[in-house]
Amino acid sequence: MSQTKIIVGLGSCGLAAGAGKVYDELLRIREADNLDFELKKTSCIGMCFKEPLVEIIDESGNYLYGEVDVKRADEIIEKHIVNFTPVKEYLVKSDVIETKFGEYFDGQVKIALRNCGCMDPENIDEYESRGGYEAVKKIVNEKIGVHDVIKSILDSGLRGRGGGGFPTGLKWKFANNNRSKEKYIICNADEGDPGAFMDRSVLEGDPHSVLEGMIIGAYAIGASDGVIYCRAEYPLAIKRLNIAIGQAHERGYLGKDILGIEGFDFDLYIKEGAGAFVCGEETALIASVEGERGMPRKRPPFPAVSGLWKKPTNINNVETYANIPWIITNGAAAYAKYGTEKSKGTKVFALTGKIKNGGLVEVPMGITIKDIIYKLGGGIIDDKKFKAVQLGGPSGGCIPEYLSHTIVDYDSVNATGAIMGSGGMVVMDETTCMVDVARFFLEFTCKESCGKCTFCRVGTKRMLEILTRITEGEGKEGDIEKLEELAYQIKDASLCGLGQTAPNPVLTTIKYFRDEYEAHIRDKKCPAVYCKKLLTYEIVSDKCTGCMVCKRGCPTQAITGEKKQVHFIHQDKCIQCGDCYSKCKFDSIVVF
Amino acid sequence: MRVLRINKKEVKPAEEKRVDLKLIEPIIKKYKNKKGNLIPLLQGTQNKFGYIPTEAMLLISKETGLKVSDMYGVVTFYAQFRLNPVGKNIVKMCHGTACHVQNVKAVTEDVQNFLSLKDGETSKDGMFTLETVACLGCCSLAPVMMIGDESYGKLNGKKAVEVIKEIKRKETLAAKAKDISNN
Repeated sequence: MSQTKIIVGLGSCGLAAGAGKVYDELLRIREADNLDFELKKTSCIGMCFKEPLVEIIDESGNYLYGEVDVKRADEIIEKHIVNFTPVKEYLVKSDVIETKFGEYFDGQVKIALRNCGCMDPENIDEYESRGGYEAVKKIVNEKIGVHDVIKSILDSGLRGRGGGGFPTGLKWKFANNNRSKEKYIICNADEGDPGAFMDRSVLEGDPHSVLEGMIIGAYAIGASDGVIYCRAEYPLAIKRLNIAIGQAHERGYLGKDILGIEGFDFDLYIKEGAGAFVCGEETALIASVEGERGMPRKRPPFPAVSGLWKKPTNINNVETYANIPWIITNGAAAYAKYGTEKSKGTKVFALTGKIKNGGLVEVPMGITIKDIIYKLGGGIIDDKKFKAVQLGGPSGGCIPEYLSHTIVDYDSVNATGAIMGSGGMVVMDETTCMVDVARFFLEFTCKESCGKCTFCRVGTKRMLEILTRITEGEGKEGDIEKLEELAYQIKDASLCGLGQTAPNPVLTTIKYFRDEYEAHIRDKKCPAVYCKKLLTYEIVSDKCTGCMVCKRGCPTQAITGEKKQVHFIHQDKCIQCGDCYSKCKFDSIVVF
Repeated sequence: MRVLRINKKEVKPAEEKRVDLKLIEPIIKKYKNKKGNLIPLLQGTQNKFGYIPTEAMLLISKETGLKVSDMYGVVTFYAQFRLNPVGKNIVKMCHGTACHVQNVKAVTEDVQNFLSLKDGETSKDGMFTLETVACLGCCSLAPVMMIGDESYGKLNGKKAVEVIKEIKRKETLAAKAKDISNN
């Protein structure tokens, strides 16, 4: 067999960018030209902005190529495989040749993502060869007791990565303390936060590490059954999890008397979520697994006391479980070495929005937001002005540019009014309207409110109405105060996290961008030039050639002017559709 | 919310003919008498028909003892379930945060205008259903839409309409070819 390996990244993002076609093309070329290389699959390595990614490993080193379409694949094969000359211009990472993405990789510490993009997720041998299931074996061989496992997790300082930030070890301790014949362990893979895809990448790229984390968790709390509650929108993740579960069964990591520990029986199955954001909340998730409407209930009793089928239940997030085997294998101290005093370890972020290097990054806690955006993210698209970053999705808030020196840990982020959340980090530039962003999130939470608590059900609706009115130029004096009043009432009078945090996007944007709200309400202007109804279109007379394109296209005949004469827009007739602006070839229409 | 009452007598015979209830018998058999089986039963039903027909709910209720009212409650709660038939191609426009920031609104408007459909509607010829969804998880390729199992990234209005036009063209050709071979 040949020494040369070609690995194609086939995660959801890679597939959306056309990696499937590239894989087929490589297969075809290998057959047609009778070339000698091993073709393999892997998952997302995190560099979504360069998908599809193809890695070539030969005797001289490894070479990662980005944005490989079918044409580039042919070229790379021709130059690299046939003529042994790497194609520098497509290279994004290599241990032989230096590339401009050095900073992107150097700033990261990969623990939860340690295997993502480095192995075939459908192959248990590869997982084992990279140290997989070593943690479970360590527990068996060194006869590590239940309490020592819990102590390790407590000492590591690992906190819930789903957004809550509750110490994982403490959660396990509570579940362990409750005596019951039946106990359950659940993996929350219902990543409903729009703009976040960390869990998807872990499940697609390294499903075994999640299983291993759950097996260790089951051992620690004494659970015999497990459920992975996964979004139905992630078909590839579900497929790969099913393959992984099958393989783990064959090797004896799941089933009866696991690895010879008598009485340690553990099995798990996947439950497909049906599309409800509120099911990310523990008690709502449990109701959904039981086959009911996913509505949260009052706590206490906490799931650790009475959860699924009224039995003690432990729920953790995908990323949390993925960290567990690493902590057991390498020790709590190795994990606690990273991070700040109260937030240990690393955190995965999904960098999206107006950022150059959009994708997944795993960084040690304590790094500043600015470093993530400029060093790892490469800065803002088209080098526009960075305005704010949104953390924590619909439950989180916006952190403005002047607070970008804030360090990433639970307490510092909370102090700004945002939350750490599950790891969505949406970067916004000067063209993003903050009032509209607040309206967007409120629209989402309003739709996703389960309807149980009146304040959340009705209050979010009223807030949305006010925000919509403001973005449409119908804002009134006193609207901002009304929004604040409603926001605090919703926070106080809602049962679950959804309602308690739903007003956060509005509160933080009012706190940091009050002037934008005021511009909308008083001057009927959108400073970011985004809110359609608040725009004014005008023709610059010295640029207009009188080509009549805008005049012919105008749906309300608001534009007048003779051929080869300067045209004019009548503001009383203009409906701000923007048709003229997009059609003008001479940039003679301005919008403000 | 307007509540649709399900009455057994109101089931139209024509509709009953169209839905082949035999398709879901294996699913009912698989999940009968299992704890928490309601959602998997409905998911299985929707996989077969593309939506949840009233008769299917009545059959499941008869076979498993689950209440139709509970089923209806679950169907209307979760975004995944539909009570009406859908078109052959479901166009899902992603309205996640990243896509929103990259102005998916304008892309959606262009697609809506081209198909003359609003959110959740199906074209008269049954070829397209337009849906807006929360997040498809391809945020770095925003704005994104998904048709069938295929995702299309880095869109603008023009590109999105081109994709749909191409599908329409292929479908029309296929339909014509079928007509010719039938004749």
